[in-house]
Amino acid sequence: MKHRRLLGVAGAVGALALIAFIGVAAASSSKSSHAQRAAATIPAPKVPNAAAIKRKYGGQTITFVGDSVGNGHVRDTALAKQFTKNTGIKVKVVPHPAASDQSYAQLARAFSAKSSSIDVAMIDVVWPGAFAPYLVNLKPKLGKQSKLHLASIVANDTIKGRLVAVPWFGDYGILYYRTDLLRKYGYSGPPKTWTTLFQMAKKIQDGERGSNPNFAGFVFQGNAYEGLTCNALEWIASAGGGHIIDNGKVTINNAKARTVLDSIRAQIGKVTPQGVTTYQEDQTEHAFDNGDAAFARNWPYQYGIGAGAGSKVKGKFSVTVLPHGASGKSVGTVGGWQLAVSRFSKHQGASIELVRYMTSPAVEKFDAITNSNVPTIVSVAKNKAVVKANPYLKPAIASVPRVTRPAKFLGANYNEASKVVYQGINQILTGAPASQVLPQIKSRLEQILKSK
Amino acid sequence: MSSVATPAPVPRRRRRRHTKLQRRQTRLAWLLLLPALAVVVFVAIYPLGRTVYQSFTNQEFLAGLEPTKRVGLDNYRTLIHDTIFRDTVVLTIKFTVITVSLEFLLGLIIALVVNSHFKGRGVMRAIMLVPWAIPTVVAAKMWLWMLDDTNGVVNDLGMRTHILSHPHAWIADPSTQLAAVCAVDIWKTTPFVALLLLAGMQVIPKDLYEAASVDGANQLQQFWRITMPLLRPAILVVLIFRTLDALRVFDVFQVFFGNRLGAQSMAVYNQSTIVGDGHVGYGAAMSVAIFLIISLFVVIYVTFVRVTEE
Repeated sequence: MKHRRLLGVAGAVGALALIAFIGVAAASSSKSSHAQRAAATIPAPKVPNAAAIKRKYGGQTITFVGDSVGNGHVRDTALAKQFTKNTGIKVKVVPHPAASDQSYAQLARAFSAKSSSIDVAMIDVVWPGAFAPYLVNLKPKLGKQSKLHLASIVANDTIKGRLVAVPWFGDYGILYYRTDLLRKYGYSGPPKTWTTLFQMAKKIQDGERGSNPNFAGFVFQGNAYEGLTCNALEWIASAGGGHIIDNGKVTINNAKARTVLDSIRAQIGKVTPQGVTTYQEDQTEHAFDNGDAAFARNWPYQYGIGAGAGSKVKGKFSVTVLPHGASGKSVGTVGGWQLAVSRFSKHQGASIELVRYMTSPAVEKFDAITNSNVPTIVSVAKNKAVVKANPYLKPAIASVPRVTRPAKFLGANYNEASKVVYQGINQILTGAPASQVLPQIKSRLEQILKSK
Repeated sequence: MSSVATPAPVPRRRRRRHTKLQRRQTRLAWLLLLPALAVVVFVAIYPLGRTVYQSFTNQEFLAGLEPTKRVGLDNYRTLIHDTIFRDTVVLTIKFTVITVSLEFLLGLIIALVVNSHFKGRGVMRAIMLVPWAIPTVVAAKMWLWMLDDTNGVVNDLGMRTHILSHPHAWIADPSTQLAAVCAVDIWKTTPFVALLLLAGMQVIPKDLYEAASVDGANQLQQFWRITMPLLRPAILVVLIFRTLDALRVFDVFQVFFGNRLGAQSMAVYNQSTIVGDGHVGYGAAMSVAIFLIISLFVVIYVTFVRVTEE
């Protein structure tokens, strides 16, 4: 054969590429399968009134832009499959980008192009103001069911009298801690203040580093993205430093905020990994569930993964409220997601039925038990089985004061304003003093507020 | 038909510049080019024109009910005072200078090596292209994990061989972030440079080198007097390609740093302004500015090379 040698080389390169690909696929699938095991405990609930829905909308196909963090996608596909089985409406589940600000950009692109490619979308708690003109008013068809949900979130999702989204699951920041390590190093309980947390983290880290060089005292989301705005709001508000914007005025540049931010900056690389300024939710969860961290700040979804079968920290951790500053009290940033129907969807009826199913008490219970997501329906949050699977729903933790990001002052400019905040905070974490950065954040935020 | 050939009349005025045949051929050429030109206009000229038009408006992505209106040069005035944009331009130019010069040097060395005869040369040429064949985003994600300060392979190997005294956070640390992103780009694109230079080397006639050896020239003199001058067209192509690509860099910066201040390339900042912040008009002005900056580099290259051409 004339090109024998060339073919041989091409074959060798192809084989190498295939081996590499299989290796990468095996590595990533082992991670997702450990997450899957945690989620497959109870079957998805049946769709009520399925026959009537099938008659009206059966055979249609809708696209649902859903979750991608933790077990979210697994839960979405399980629910979608059940929905299709009962109603004959085919649901294409597309996971959205993991970083919330990227997800916002994806929806913004679709809405501004008036695209019918998205029917149902997950909306972050800070977006209803920005996306309201592009979402269907769900009050006529889902107004009754929405009354089951927490009134404050429903109010958040109602813009100018239109219910543009229905609450799906709540979220607030909590502190995860290793009970076995606290006991080993002689601590009776989790830290109440940030200073105590850093002290405890240092002692535990120094002790554990000998056997595990990757061990870090404290992990959180420090990357320059939306999650950092949530973490920063918790630090600042828990130190008595306000809520970034209060009553329409920018308040972030104050002494208490400076103190707490500088104190966290001092810990980067000391009790946290140096790379924590690139961590998002998934890296935080991996570090903690791999046994490489003593404390972690994350959303409640991490609980189910850590407590699931096959987890390295199963039975060795617990949750509590986040610490507070010297002169403040513990808080948790409100997160949480709602479901909305795009105004440009060609299958609004079928989409509304999917939202009705997803936000029903039965599915919120399913989500709470299999995915440890905070239910937004009060009766579900009190259910014994749900509380058993989600200890952070116990009143001691669930009643922590929630702080909200300043979305209502910013409307469609929220994404840009949040970028100003998280870019600045990330600069502080990587070494810039807060006294230099906070005035810059303040002036940029004021510019945005003025331009509204 | 007359049996006697009559001489053709001599034209009184001077000869026409194009004969009928030539004009017909020209028309045919234009007709055949028309489809390709239409595609170029649609895909390149029209969007570029639209972007320039948008740069004079205050268009927003999620405009709601606000009408878009023309604002003249306001966007450009804001752009001049935008210190973040200035920083991204400086960073991108730094990145370009570092990567293009190192890629060129390494690519030249690799091309010289692969140009000579040794066993397994064919295999070497194929394997050498693997980094270039991997999509940039995939390579960036791969290096993101390899450079991780806790679980990364690079730190692990460095610690084991005692080259590193402690694990470094290559990407998180502002002092090493530029080096990290340059290293990844150099790893990925040097094969491309080597390939283009190799192609240029292979068309240089071998007898030039033989003649030079006979005349007593050593390897170094042969390199400077024969290889480099004859490689000039290939070098120009390589430098223009790589400079333009480096000025437009997006994937690696986006994957490594996202929207981190002080670590955004021009394209990353532009994208986040248009899609993240929703400022289409302002972003369009930025796009035009980036386009002009890149064009400036091309003009510099072409002029510089033309001036030194013998």
